[in-house]
Amino acid sequence: MKFSERWLRSLVTVEAEREALVEGLTLAGLEVESVVPLGEELDGVVVGEIVACVPHPAADRLRICTVVAAGTESSQVVCGAPNARVGLRAPLALPGARLPGGVQISVTELRGIQSQGMLCSARELALDGDDAGLMELPEDAPVGHALAEYLGLPDASIELKLTPNRADCFSMIGLAHDVAALFGGAMRLPDVSPVAAQNELRRDVSLIAGEACPRYCGRIIDGVDARAPTPLWMTERLRRAGLRPISAIVDVTNYVMLELGQPLHAFDDETLDGSITVRPGTQGERLHLLDGTDVKLGRGELVIGDARGAQALAGVMGGAASAVGLATKRIFLESAHFAPAAIMGVARRHGLHSDAAHRFERGVDPELPRRALERATALLLAVCGGCPGPLHESVLPGWSPERVSIRLRRARLVRVLGVEVPDPEVERILLALDLKVAREAWGWLAIAPTRRFDLAREEDLIEEVARIHGYARIPPSLPLAGVEARAEPEGTVPLARVRGLLAARDWREAVNLSLVGELQLQSWGLQDQAMPLANPLSSELSSMRPSLLPALVASLRANRNRQQARVRLFEVGRSFHAKPSPGREVERLAMAACGSAAREQWGAGSRPLDFHDMKGEVEALLGLRAPGSPAMRLTREGLPPWLHPGRAACVVVGDTPVGVVGSLHPELERNLALEAEIYVAEFDLDALRAGRLPRPMPLPRFPAVRRDLAVMVPEAVGWDDVAQRVVSAAGALLAELCLFDVYRGVGLEAGHKSFAMGLILQDHSRTLTDSDADACLARVLQVLAQSCAARIRG
Amino acid sequence: MESLQDRIDQARAEIATAPTLEALEQKRVALLGRTGLLTAALKELGALSPDVRKSRGAELNRLKSELSELLEARRIALAQQAMAMRVASEVVDIGLPGRAGGTGSLHPVMQTLERICAIFEGMGYGRSEGPEIEDDWHNFEALNFPPHHPARAMHDTFYFANGELLRTHTSPVQIRAMKGREPPLRIIAPGRVYRSDSDQTHSPMFHQVEGLMVAEGVSFADLKGTLEAFVTAFFGRRFEMRFRPSYFPFTEPSAEVDIRWIDAAGNVRWLEVLGCGMVHPVVLQNGGIDAERYTGFAFGLGVERFAMLRYGVDDLRAFFENDVRFLAQFD
Repeated sequence: MKFSERWLRSLVTVEAEREALVEGLTLAGLEVESVVPLGEELDGVVVGEIVACVPHPAADRLRICTVVAAGTESSQVVCGAPNARVGLRAPLALPGARLPGGVQISVTELRGIQSQGMLCSARELALDGDDAGLMELPEDAPVGHALAEYLGLPDASIELKLTPNRADCFSMIGLAHDVAALFGGAMRLPDVSPVAAQNELRRDVSLIAGEACPRYCGRIIDGVDARAPTPLWMTERLRRAGLRPISAIVDVTNYVMLELGQPLHAFDDETLDGSITVRPGTQGERLHLLDGTDVKLGRGELVIGDARGAQALAGVMGGAASAVGLATKRIFLESAHFAPAAIMGVARRHGLHSDAAHRFERGVDPELPRRALERATALLLAVCGGCPGPLHESVLPGWSPERVSIRLRRARLVRVLGVEVPDPEVERILLALDLKVAREAWGWLAIAPTRRFDLAREEDLIEEVARIHGYARIPPSLPLAGVEARAEPEGTVPLARVRGLLAARDWREAVNLSLVGELQLQSWGLQDQAMPLANPLSSELSSMRPSLLPALVASLRANRNRQQARVRLFEVGRSFHAKPSPGREVERLAMAACGSAAREQWGAGSRPLDFHDMKGEVEALLGLRAPGSPAMRLTREGLPPWLHPGRAACVVVGDTPVGVVGSLHPELERNLALEAEIYVAEFDLDALRAGRLPRPMPLPRFPAVRRDLAVMVPEAVGWDDVAQRVVSAAGALLAELCLFDVYRGVGLEAGHKSFAMGLILQDHSRTLTDSDADACLARVLQVLAQSCAARIRG
Repeated sequence: MESLQDRIDQARAEIATAPTLEALEQKRVALLGRTGLLTAALKELGALSPDVRKSRGAELNRLKSELSELLEARRIALAQQAMAMRVASEVVDIGLPGRAGGTGSLHPVMQTLERICAIFEGMGYGRSEGPEIEDDWHNFEALNFPPHHPARAMHDTFYFANGELLRTHTSPVQIRAMKGREPPLRIIAPGRVYRSDSDQTHSPMFHQVEGLMVAEGVSFADLKGTLEAFVTAFFGRRFEMRFRPSYFPFTEPSAEVDIRWIDAAGNVRWLEVLGCGMVHPVVLQNGGIDAERYTGFAFGLGVERFAMLRYGVDDLRAFFENDVRFLAQFD
């Protein structure tokens, strides 16, 4: 909502200066978005009249105008505006004037001709964006008069960013009421008294759209002069409200809409045929609108029709066929109430913007149509003349706008706000906002004006009192209330430790959008698991991610393209699953890395990241859980196809699969143009974090014994297998088993490798002897020889 | 043959110049060892007359303790010398970089989110969560957005074919947190939210933190006090703040909170940082709470907004590009 400050001040007395007015509005919830001062620097700009206009001898587009500005003196002004013509009155900046933006006017020469000033466009005077030509002033503009004074300047164009509940402030009257309540000034309401009919011309109206249009006022005005100039005060107010003056009839309807809030429409009555029907349009019905758009109506979209068909898209825009023009002689003025639900979304659906739709969508005072029509009639008669018919009002039988009594309890007001507002202040505020107020022992009963249909319950009134009284006058306090004690289940690894561990191990946390693209999913073969959006912003953000990895790997690639060879990223967030497993939204941890295993370092050679580096990260993560938590193992079973079948594994904790770790499939790496081996891991975060509470053992009182053992096994035998058998063969004596070397090569049979391991043996009741240890080792060797074809390495 | 005295004098000189601990030890053995000079001399005492033996004995014992002290002093000196030489030879270049591999970083938005939550947790708020894929009831209807309400148009919503949607705010968690629980309630709900909007200041996904307190006698004054305390704690300094009336269907009275911000260039302006209000009675009822007995307040804040202010980041998109050169600045 944009408006002229002067116009507002003409409706309500406000002593406050502009700055205080603007701040007051903002602090009352009518947020001022911009204030554009107008006509602050127009000293030396006067009304001029062009009395002669001849072509410039040296420039095709320039003309030499003789302009009269005061008395009989005239100035010679060179001007390039296309609308410069004899008889035109336009702003003339005299030498010495300074225009907004700092342009200094002086006597100059343009292509050899002296120019004693400048004829100005509205834009050059910062009054309007119009720079198509000279600002055309009315024919009766007083020549020589200071322009600012003539135009009612200085003024300001103030724009509000209104919240959806304040539909009433899309009118000057609505705004004025808030201003009156805020600043305590008197209101001067416009005259809306009935205009007597001077003929019997009327059109019948039938309402067959139910609640969508429960009230319709119409009036014919015959013999209007559509070419009559709109008075300057009106065009200036429209202009400062951001509306372009068009023609007297349209300007008057726009003016009343701004003033009272009621959108009106004027039809050229001679183009209408028969009675008017307000009805739901039929599917596919076509309508050519006055802005040139052709619309194909959707089911139920409301139209104003006559005997020939739809003539207007109700509450949005009129049709071209029935539009008023400069030749219009007789008009049919519509002032109707359309329900928000009937108008909502219609304009947007057809790509239209209209001030009427903007207002009807948010709601207009249902009691306004008659008053607005009387006001518009009076203004039209004054501007365009003509002879009015009777105002004809149709109302849906049984319909009347709701008017409820709202109670406001004094005790509740204090309880919600936490501050006492004195009774007289409460009453003053409610009355100033135009509510009817009855005092009760416990508080007040109030009835809101119909324009404030946002006021329906006690909280609404509490808010009104609070915002007019001023939020700043509510003193801050700190609440006292019981607290709940809450904790995560015992043994759960705090998320902060997981993230902290990764950061400490040289991983960088990333945040990607949870939305991914169709193509990306196809590369990973994940398109069937994703949940597509019905209204995506783009094809790159069309589905919910079923895995955090596609986006994380894309981030990795983007970093590689920025000369980063070694990148290690992780992300914590949800994945989304069309087929819930375990849930539809799963909290996940994903990791992706490429490049060397360690940062470049002087003390050690560089080698590329490999599977066991990543496995080490997984072990570190699971190692956050206390000892005794379910053990982790890796399996190739159930490996997703986007992983390298030889260099990746599924991670199982206890019996539960919790994630995957390994290298991307080379095929995928190629499809994604990664040009590097990428290692990834992804986990169900809750499963990763679930652990046991530690149960510490008493510390051993006897020394441990260490025995080292190297065995040669066939290549096919894995360490997991060997370790498992060592553990079971060694029995309770084995406190710890560590693998300290894996060897292949000279000294071994072909197709074999050697595992060198240390066994830490420990008994809690006595010191172990050499023979105890030897016996244990012998058992281990025997089992390994039988089950793994292992041989001791000499 | 040299007299004992001569040999002792010589020994004193040799002790003082013994070049190594080994040479010194040889000297000790030669003097005080089992067959050493003084030991032998002491053994010979028995053959002397008692008078002579007494004075001679005293003399020899004095010499023995004198030599022992000399030997010990020299030993300490030599040991110190040896240690000094050893450490002098064991010098490393302390300027070489350490061997540890370096540390990574936590995302600035997540660090900010954690800071926000930590402040409220310190004030007794507990974390709650809700789904990101919501139904219309929790995201709108229960929060007092009737169908076709113009406020819905302010939320550019992503929908699924079945009518479900991506939550446009963390406020649905209010309803979930209220259900089945009795006040007093103090919850904080961080999480991702979605709007179908994308430019320099809007991302289709961003993070919000929702706060809710419901108890007997909670007032707008308490809301003001709580948020002022939060802003002061978050930024580590007091800001001039203003609560400006606004509109959210799920709170009434509602407010937007502005702080008086001074940017790097020294410009001062009001900056909107939070939305808040008293929980609307309809919302309390939808959460199964007696709206006559209890009152409550709720607030919501954009985590990226706070992160931008905190770190002086101008472009929201930097947070989601995951450029390691950016992320590395938050080590």
